[in-house]
Amino acid sequence: MLKTRVLMGSMTLALSFAAPLQADTLRLAIMGEPASLDPHKISGTWENDVVGDLFEGLVTEAADGSRIPGVAESWEISDDGTVYTFTLRSDAKWSDGEPVTADDFVFAFQRILDPATAANYAYLLYPIKNAEAAYAGEVETSELGVKAIDATTLQITLERSTPYFLDQLSHYTAYPLPRHIVEEYGNEWSGPDNMVSNGAFQLEDWQSQTRITATRNPNFHDADEVALDEIVYFPIEERNTALNRFRAGEIDIAREFPTQQYKWLQENLPEAVQVAPYLGIYYYAFNARDGHATADPRVREALSLAVRREVITDQILGTGEVPAYSFVPPNVSHYQAPSVDFADLSQDERLERARELLKEAGYGPDNPLELMLRYNTSEDHRKVAIAVAAMWKPLGIEVELYNAEVAVHYADIRQGDFDVARAGWIGDYNDAQNFLSLLESNVSNNYGAYSSPEFDALMSEAANTQDLDERAELMAEAETIALEDSATLPIYYYVSRNLVSPDLVGWETNIEDIHRSRWISFDR
Amino acid sequence: MLSYTLKRLLQAIPTLWIVITLSFFLMHLAPGGPFDGERQLPPEIEANMMAAYGLDKPVWEQYITYMGNLLQGDLGPSFKYKDFSVTELVVQGFPVSLELGLWAIGLALLVGIPMGVIAALKRNSSVDYLVMGTALAGVAIPNFVIAPLLALVFGVFLAWLPVGGWNNGHWSNMVLPVVALSIQQIAYIARMMRASMIEVLGSHFIRTARAKGLSESEVILRHALRPSMLPVISYLGPAIAGIITGSVVIEQIFGIPGIGRYFVQAALNRDYTLVMGTVVFYGALIVLLNLLVDLLYSALDPQIRYDND
Repeated sequence: MLKTRVLMGSMTLALSFAAPLQADTLRLAIMGEPASLDPHKISGTWENDVVGDLFEGLVTEAADGSRIPGVAESWEISDDGTVYTFTLRSDAKWSDGEPVTADDFVFAFQRILDPATAANYAYLLYPIKNAEAAYAGEVETSELGVKAIDATTLQITLERSTPYFLDQLSHYTAYPLPRHIVEEYGNEWSGPDNMVSNGAFQLEDWQSQTRITATRNPNFHDADEVALDEIVYFPIEERNTALNRFRAGEIDIAREFPTQQYKWLQENLPEAVQVAPYLGIYYYAFNARDGHATADPRVREALSLAVRREVITDQILGTGEVPAYSFVPPNVSHYQAPSVDFADLSQDERLERARELLKEAGYGPDNPLELMLRYNTSEDHRKVAIAVAAMWKPLGIEVELYNAEVAVHYADIRQGDFDVARAGWIGDYNDAQNFLSLLESNVSNNYGAYSSPEFDALMSEAANTQDLDERAELMAEAETIALEDSATLPIYYYVSRNLVSPDLVGWETNIEDIHRSRWISFDR
Repeated sequence: MLSYTLKRLLQAIPTLWIVITLSFFLMHLAPGGPFDGERQLPPEIEANMMAAYGLDKPVWEQYITYMGNLLQGDLGPSFKYKDFSVTELVVQGFPVSLELGLWAIGLALLVGIPMGVIAALKRNSSVDYLVMGTALAGVAIPNFVIAPLLALVFGVFLAWLPVGGWNNGHWSNMVLPVVALSIQQIAYIARMMRASMIEVLGSHFIRTARAKGLSESEVILRHALRPSMLPVISYLGPAIAGIITGSVVIEQIFGIPGIGRYFVQAALNRDYTLVMGTVVFYGALIVLLNLLVDLLYSALDPQIRYDND
């Protein structure tokens, strides 16, 4: 666009009646059809790609994923870390020219936490005072800790100090909504005919399952620095189709590509392949409920010892994944994950120790350990499961593999019907707490029902600690306990995989794999 | 004919009702629900969602509500695609699948019938072997192999046609999916046509026609072609239904906004209303297409007298 603008500026008037210059249009393949464009009705990363271009929260993401002021120009945090007072920029406008006010935020927070909205991601806002109670229908949403002091001052009160709260405000659950439009059109407000947004782009058209078109929002406060004129999002579930369309030049960015093609891509399109560490862990959950062999920490440790992560990442998957020896992925902000103590042992040493542990636990040739390993349908999950079962074989373990589609898999493991189960977690926000909270007692995503009072106590202490270094230490201590207990079997850290046309500039890899189109331009 | 048509339509109602009822209860019996996924929702949120979609009520009550709504033409909201009702999705997706399907069937008839006729006329010659060998390959190679190959050759390497996308049904976007969809049908039709033609050519009335001194082309075109097309015609109903319902893979691979994609996706997502919507829709479509084929059949073969049923 910069180039286009320069070009346009240098053209003489004689050309002004010629055919219009081709607008800079970014063609982006997203990995699925959005469930909605209403930020309160979505939960997928592909929806985030679109909605994050259309809206802007109090805080927003820079090209490298770091957080920068969005609608909020500045903010003050009370000494106890519970009261945030935001000053909104005076030039924040909706795409119809109306100002974005503090009241629009209050309205949006009240709406998403209203049980009637049935927003499935509302729980991300639970740090806000009374949010959980409001969503459970125990108090009115008007009692939420969010209030508009005046049109440009917003105050948010939290239940307790939450260091990652500012980061969370860039998530779509915390976007403002145009009260005047939502009240006028009800559920129809997010359709192309009605939608008004405050981001760098505005919705132009949505042809279901085909394409979503957004154009530059002239009312965006930073509109002059936005290079693209238009973005077309193509929902393409088939990764091979996205790759073929990328190769044919029909799209400029493909969010995800088929892993089997990684080698080919590295050789043939090295400039386009973008693989980077991603905020996610692929792990096996151990069932710690009574009656399961995996309730015994010695058994869990033996199982963990025998798994050769490097073989899985390098030889079985081979698409850049990183072997995992901790539960929290590396590069998480303000956190240094501990590692299991056997990470440096040789494989023989690990197996020897594993045998000892199993023997101690009462398993051996006379009483072989039998396990049920569940995984959800996917070629990669299948390969990993078979490999892990083979790695356990030298210990005399007999593994029965069960495969089910994703909904059944999670319904089954939720019932506790497994010994070992494939699971994964992609961080909702860049904080170790988001991962470690999965291992707290009585948390719904704690599939294996691991429970450690010491772990819970440390996590609770960390939650009440404002000093970031101290908090990180407490969480690392908690993670050390979980690792010593072999609460789960971490296998690898995810990577993000994108294909990005070399003609583009402003696209930077980052751990959350968030890329807002406002930073992207064509270098031509 | 009219009474036969009415009778068949009336017969379709209990059939459809059984299909809907069975699907409804089977779907609810299937393990896993619409909100089961990698991210387990906190219990109060799940309870809210269940209540919002009426899933907190007993299944029989949900069934009665569903049937009541269905009779009023309301297929309910989609659980997954929250900005759309199921009716909207069906209404948007079906014309696309239909257009694609009709072109594919048209192409299949246009190519398959002559292939079958030629193979029959040149029976046991090298031409016959070549045609039937090609047809066999067409049957044997599945869609999901052919479609990406076509996309790769004509879209990526030769860059003659778009690799994917619908572009409001522009012809260039339609060529590859139509070809990919029709290849198997061409093969079936050619094989069917060949067998039927051989049978007809051996019958008495053809011998009589030849004895009368008619030229071979007259025998084929005026006497043999029509009766030998009967099996192909009766195959058309299931073929069209199959091509529309079975275009899932093709729609997925070429990124076409048809209804086929919803069929599988809805089942995997446990999007109950959308699953039911597609079942109701396909059920009605298959009943209707079979009826149409029967009527067409009777028009082509006067020996069939439905009125006397």
